[in-house]
Amino acid sequence: MAKITLDNLAHSYLPKTTSEDDFALKELNHVWADGEAYALLGSSGCGKSTLLNIISGLLHPSQGRILFDDVDVTQASTADRNIAQVFQFPVVYDTMTVRNNLAFPLKNRGASPAYIAQRVQQIAAMIGMEAELDHRARGLTADAKQKISLGRGMVREDVNALLFDEPLTVIDPHMKWELRTQLKSLHHEFGHTMIYVTHDQTEALTFADKVVVMYDGRVVQIGTPEELFNKPQHTFVGYFIGSPGMNVLSASVAGSSAAVQGGTVPLGQSFAELEGKVEIGIRPEFVTLTEGEGLPVTIRRVEDVGRHKIIRADLFGAEINIVAGEDTSISPDMNRVVFAPDRVNVYVNDWLKEGKGVL
Amino acid sequence: MTLELKGVSKVVEGEVHISATDLVLEKGTMNVLLGPTLSGKTSLMRLMAGLDVPNAGRVFWEGRDVTGMRVQDRKVAMVYQQFINYPSMTVYDNIASPLRLMGKTAAEIDHAVQKAADLMQLTPMLKRKPLELSGGQQQRCALARALVKDAGLVLLDEPLANLDYKLREELRVEIPKIFEEAGSIFVYATTEPEEALLLGGNTAAMWEGRVTQFDLTPKVYRQPIDATTARVFSDPPMNFLKVSKAGGNITFGDGHSVAATGPIADLADGRYIAGFRPNHLELSSAAGGSVPFDTRLVVTELTGSETFVHLDHHGEKWVGLVHGVHNLKLGSALRVYLELRHVYIFTEAGDLVAPASYAIAA
Repeated sequence: MAKITLDNLAHSYLPKTTSEDDFALKELNHVWADGEAYALLGSSGCGKSTLLNIISGLLHPSQGRILFDDVDVTQASTADRNIAQVFQFPVVYDTMTVRNNLAFPLKNRGASPAYIAQRVQQIAAMIGMEAELDHRARGLTADAKQKISLGRGMVREDVNALLFDEPLTVIDPHMKWELRTQLKSLHHEFGHTMIYVTHDQTEALTFADKVVVMYDGRVVQIGTPEELFNKPQHTFVGYFIGSPGMNVLSASVAGSSAAVQGGTVPLGQSFAELEGKVEIGIRPEFVTLTEGEGLPVTIRRVEDVGRHKIIRADLFGAEINIVAGEDTSISPDMNRVVFAPDRVNVYVNDWLKEGKGVL
Repeated sequence: MTLELKGVSKVVEGEVHISATDLVLEKGTMNVLLGPTLSGKTSLMRLMAGLDVPNAGRVFWEGRDVTGMRVQDRKVAMVYQQFINYPSMTVYDNIASPLRLMGKTAAEIDHAVQKAADLMQLTPMLKRKPLELSGGQQQRCALARALVKDAGLVLLDEPLANLDYKLREELRVEIPKIFEEAGSIFVYATTEPEEALLLGGNTAAMWEGRVTQFDLTPKVYRQPIDATTARVFSDPPMNFLKVSKAGGNITFGDGHSVAATGPIADLADGRYIAGFRPNHLELSSAAGGSVPFDTRLVVTELTGSETFVHLDHHGEKWVGLVHGVHNLKLGSALRVYLELRHVYIFTEAGDLVAPASYAIAA
């Protein structure tokens, strides 16, 4: 397993670049720790696949270097990088048995038959396919085939990194749970360096130690799920993480309060004068509907999503989403909202601004 | 306007795709077909549309028997998982195409196209070709074309499955709004319980070619008729364990016994299966008292605001979803709590005999 260094890395698909806009992946410098699980999260076109392809060697960057431990692999081929990959669709040899599919990468590298037999058995147990080892892959369900792909990705112990490109997209929700949990346990057990590309926030957050959120070719935040939830560094992170995402309102901030349309919002921090586009962000989970105090809202819809309710309201033309518990009853008199002061974040030109704590 | 299926079934090469199904769908309703892949959602839609002819049973449209009538002769629109548009036509012409086929006037067409484009937020893109649009816009174009047809029956087969997570979230909110205005019968197939809940309306839970329950969506969710429906309509899946009832007490698998309350109190003595949803498992006892369970923690997953705990309860695999971020030690013993009001009781065959008392109140 290896530490991965992204040094001054950037990529453009154009032969000539004149501005930063021409880069599909804008300059980045990061060191990803050995044995950690990272998820690259963003919507399509954000640059996450470009970055993955640079790490796997399918693409050579137009600028910068990539290092595995301290070895420069920028120009090395995929085969020379000693990595394992799992793709969105299962890649399985239909005519081979499950056993031979799993053994394939080991045989290719000339492992001893005794080791292969033992290792394949171990992997089969992990993916829950011991009983099917001698079946041919042909005729298995898509789920089962993707399990084989995952198993084959993990069969070699000496790889530098394991790369997953949306591996659970074709899997049914219930099976997703099972596979994701298995991946998670495997990571705990073996400590592989894992990089997992997805557009699904639940997958990214539950899988990774660190989530790398990408937007418009740029890494906007690398953080633990908790950091992304509590302190989104950019309004995009606030919007993208969480369902519904963070509420964002135009504001003017003075000291420890923010003035928005309809009233004043107390803040948990104090700020000096702010210049530029100033906004406050508050997650729907920290907004409470009340009958008496707070900002006046008009409720447009109440959605029952089972374990909680989503209330969609309007505050002087701005949309406010509120998450309330399954047992909460909502009366017509509840037409005001209160924000938890220590959960309100302040943004200047879309980037988080930290203030001073108030006692 | 109603669509009625009476004893409709479909068998292909000896394999039952749809068992005898009765279903009545009313005008102006959203009807979700919820079930895993291969549960029969698409097969049932094809029978509704007239793309397939049932082996037995009849299909009625507004009381008229239309079994065997060709799809072209029915007023049906369909949207699939893959975005299907005419690549050489502009978005405007794509949306207008069904109306042109119907021989509408230019003014009628323009009115309908503008209205649908406005609803689908496609107005600025009307002059573009579909391939110049994002995936979400392409699928909105396909949805707009289905809407302008003014079809009595609109069938949507996992229309958001190929879209990015956030786009899906936005369209899920928009779709019910759009359909409320349109007045047709909408049928929407999905594998995801959360999508069914967000769409609202009615839900038909499907399992192995069978509609296990059809009712208002929140009712199917909170009062599933059997363990299969509960499993289909729960993500992560509902947890189950063996229980027995004797006298006024209910005893859980590991020997813990509590006084039976609510609908459980009325059950005859005997052995049952208890079911509960992951979000009702707690790490501390509720004020009104909870049933404790000793489990072993297998894996945790953090979502930022919540923690999924995967547990081993005497060999049974359970999932819990608890509030807050908890850094718990893997492999360690973990005591979890469950309120009796959140427990469903099924017979050993899986039929619901006592709904969770909270669900009746909700």
